Amino acid sequence: MNKPEESSVVSLTINGRTVQVAPGTTILQAAKNIGVNIPTICFHTSLTANAVCRLCAVEVVGARTLQAACVVPVAPDMVVNTETARVKAARRVILELLASTVDLHEAPEIQTYIEQYGARVDRFAGGLRRQFDVFDDNPFYIRDYSQCVMCWRCIQVCAEDVQYTYALTWGSRGMESHVVTAFSEDMPDTTCVFCGNCVGVCPTGALKGKVEFELEGSYGHP
Amino acid sequence: MEAERVVRSTCPYCGVGCQISLNIKDNRIIRVEAPFDAAPNYGRLCVKGRFGLDYVHHGSRLTAPLIRRKPQARGQRTPATYPDDWREAAWDEALDLVARRLLELRWRYGPDSIAANACAKATNEDNYLLQKYVRGVLGTNNVDHCTRLCHAGSVAALQLAIGSSAMSNSIAEMKDLECFIVTGSNTTENHPVISTFLKEAVCQSGAQLIVADPRQIEMTRFADLWLRHRPGTDTALFSAMAHVIVQEKLYNEKFIATRTEGFVEYADSLADKTPEWAETVSGVPADDIRRGARMYARASAAAIYWGMGISQSTHGTDNALTLVNLALLCGHIGRPGTGLNPLRGQNNVQGCSDSGGMPTVYTAYQPVTDPDVRRKFEEAWHTRLSDQPGLTTTEMVDGILSGQVKGWYVMGENPLMSDPDLNHARHAIEQLEFLVAQDIFFNETNVYADVILPAASFAEKDGTFTNSDRRVQGVRKALSPPGQARADWEIVANLAQRTITLICQGVDHYPDNACRDMDEVICHNRERILGSWIYVAPSEVWEEMRRVTPDFQGITYARIEREGGVHWPCPEPGHPGSPYLFSEDFPRGRGVFWSVSYGTESELPDDEHPFILNTGRLLYHWHGGTLSRTSALNDIWPECTVEMHPNDAARLGLDMGDWVDVSSRRGTITARLLVTARSPEGVVFIPFHFVEAAANVLTDLRLDERAKIPDYKVCAVRVARATTIPTRSGGQTPLTERGSIKDPLV
Repeated sequence: MNKPEESSVVSLTINGRTVQVAPGTTILQAAKNIGVNIPTICFHTSLTANAVCRLCAVEVVGARTLQAACVVPVAPDMVVNTETARVKAARRVILELLASTVDLHEAPEIQTYIEQYGARVDRFAGGLRRQFDVFDDNPFYIRDYSQCVMCWRCIQVCAEDVQYTYALTWGSRGMESHVVTAFSEDMPDTTCVFCGNCVGVCPTGALKGKVEFELEGSYGHP
Repeated sequence: MEAERVVRSTCPYCGVGCQISLNIKDNRIIRVEAPFDAAPNYGRLCVKGRFGLDYVHHGSRLTAPLIRRKPQARGQRTPATYPDDWREAAWDEALDLVARRLLELRWRYGPDSIAANACAKATNEDNYLLQKYVRGVLGTNNVDHCTRLCHAGSVAALQLAIGSSAMSNSIAEMKDLECFIVTGSNTTENHPVISTFLKEAVCQSGAQLIVADPRQIEMTRFADLWLRHRPGTDTALFSAMAHVIVQEKLYNEKFIATRTEGFVEYADSLADKTPEWAETVSGVPADDIRRGARMYARASAAAIYWGMGISQSTHGTDNALTLVNLALLCGHIGRPGTGLNPLRGQNNVQGCSDSGGMPTVYTAYQPVTDPDVRRKFEEAWHTRLSDQPGLTTTEMVDGILSGQVKGWYVMGENPLMSDPDLNHARHAIEQLEFLVAQDIFFNETNVYADVILPAASFAEKDGTFTNSDRRVQGVRKALSPPGQARADWEIVANLAQRTITLICQGVDHYPDNACRDMDEVICHNRERILGSWIYVAPSEVWEEMRRVTPDFQGITYARIEREGGVHWPCPEPGHPGSPYLFSEDFPRGRGVFWSVSYGTESELPDDEHPFILNTGRLLYHWHGGTLSRTSALNDIWPECTVEMHPNDAARLGLDMGDWVDVSSRRGTITARLLVTARSPEGVVFIPFHFVEAAANVLTDLRLDERAKIPDYKVCAVRVARATTIPTRSGGQTPLTERGSIKDPLV
């Protein structure tokens, strides 16, 4: 018996419109093809998608939970809705939780989303905030993890996505968790080659060139 | 911090040609980013490009033309290192002085008494005008640049074997490689962004990597096979690989039959180059040589990448020829994922050569000895041109010592850091009657000058750079230059006009001068030639380059703006450019196999000087240090280090951080010891960036006969505990607590 031939095109519906893409395409990309922009924070076109921020959550009819559009591949006859009330509520809460713990004042994209989804940044105020001293341990860039949204981009770009240097990883737990070097060594004592590709992909002000940092007069800033 | 404007440009450091976005606020670069959608780097940068451009704002930039107060006598020229030694002058005065002094020499001693250094850091337009000035106004072909010191061996070999002289394939192909050889290239430090694509090929696409290098460079960690040959034994290693390929009939018969010549004689010459013989010479196990040969030959597509380790040798041409032979044997050229790829060092060393910054050729390698070509340039430039090939960079130094060269025009280079045997080069410079330098900083060479002309940096002018894979890319003005500094092309064009005017005024005062014929042509064409030196912008210079260069016809500023860059050759407007070369044939028709015999002219170690000295670069610095040592880069690697194997250090009773004197027959330098197994026993490695311990004081002036490239990678030295410890800033801090200095293998 012949197996049915695998189609080279997958047909699905996004926000009521039919779209045809190659198998393996993510929902995010398929939506982009027809001009539907799904908001993202951790996703970067040049890096491996990890679906850690969940802002790209969309509703797939028949699926129990919201799906992360940046990693979920399309399937035949899938029906996707990117801006339902449920989706919007999820995004709003994600942004409100982020704002309650992270300093987002240098994250213009996220600020735009906050406005777009009507997130109330003080909704969960008054609890613990992620606060770290600025790591100022090398001549080229500073690390201010009070502004870090833990998107993983820096860790990935330092590893297999670009540089193969592996200077960064995760450390600590819970509210204390943040990006660290091996044994929390100062950058010059690690494998870091100071390419700054991490700075180049940071979506907030957590990683910043020293020149910019100094020009802002940020020394002493908590 | 928000930028006022963002200017797209091309990185001024290495030959990768990364596209950068300069974020500007208050005439200052506040941030350097890279566009993720643009070739060749697709958002990637290295430390130099992202954090090392602050030199343009350094307080020691030259901001006004400077004239030496004390006239310098031939043979007694001294460096002028105090501000009082110089006086600031107006551009008019400085340029008139330069024009007059150069013309006096030219009229008294003939045009070949003047030599000029073009600049591999300046734009194509800057260099085109410099060589147009030297050739078309002064009347000599004595113009060359640092390509002589870096890839001359590769260029000579590629010219001999296939008639070309550039990387045959593009950077964009790298991530899809199937098999490749990296040799004589410390890619992760010297072409860091290219290295990320090569690592990606290995780790993501499963490409096979063969590294042939005496040092345990980072690329060896990604290699399937590391052939650790002794320094200087490259031809033995690669000839033995060819021996295996011939013996086991792994070669590409069809390619050899249709695209090459000389195979039979070449195959015969390999008979005694057995892997066992090569093992005794190079120290590489015969079985590894066989394995490497089979990997390369059996791949359906395989590429070779090489750097200074191949070319900077008394047998640099032979080294590169053995690599060409491998590619011709297996037909690994002319297709995507194959090729012969010398990785170019400077941002625009390819472009400076392409723009005619060499003593034997005009733009795009049109020979000065070809009468038709010469006539074309004479018509375009309204002048008379010399049919005599000029002096190479290395020959200029000897030309000064022999008395032929009296005046030297150095645009943006620093021979007193980059030439071999610096004491010898300094003696030469002392003999000059006139030295004019054009630069953005004081450096070790221009402090000897009579006049220094302050130039604009890459960020302060428009133009084009051509990167290692022949991609002509845009350089755009993002800042206004400091003080009175001007773009190089502007300085040269202005100087040319003054020189022409003086020629027309002065021709009668020197009735017997050797340039009479040329002067008459210039005077006759006075209005037209002066008109040909009026350029409103570099785009007009490029348009002229296009007109005289068939290979550039299809490349315009508008197109570069639109496409980000175009790979030359690009012979007509609709032509897509040439990311890879030689799919149908070679510039010389068929590729030629050149038999190479093993041997060396290098200075080898003996009892008195028992170590081989290998010189090269560090990730964090750039060549003579003029740029990187006026940058934050200097903070991460602030001093010279002498790399030595732990066993050698133990034998000499030396430890990490000890001060040592390193001496060759030419001189002695003092620096601290970095104990690491990176270099093999018997070899020390010293980077050449640091003036306080300049490695080129030690190196030898022996040249490759064909390419005239010096032997930077092998000379004999002695290492001993320092007799006196120098007082240098930071010298009290333990070595490994300074910046990022550490044993890279631990």
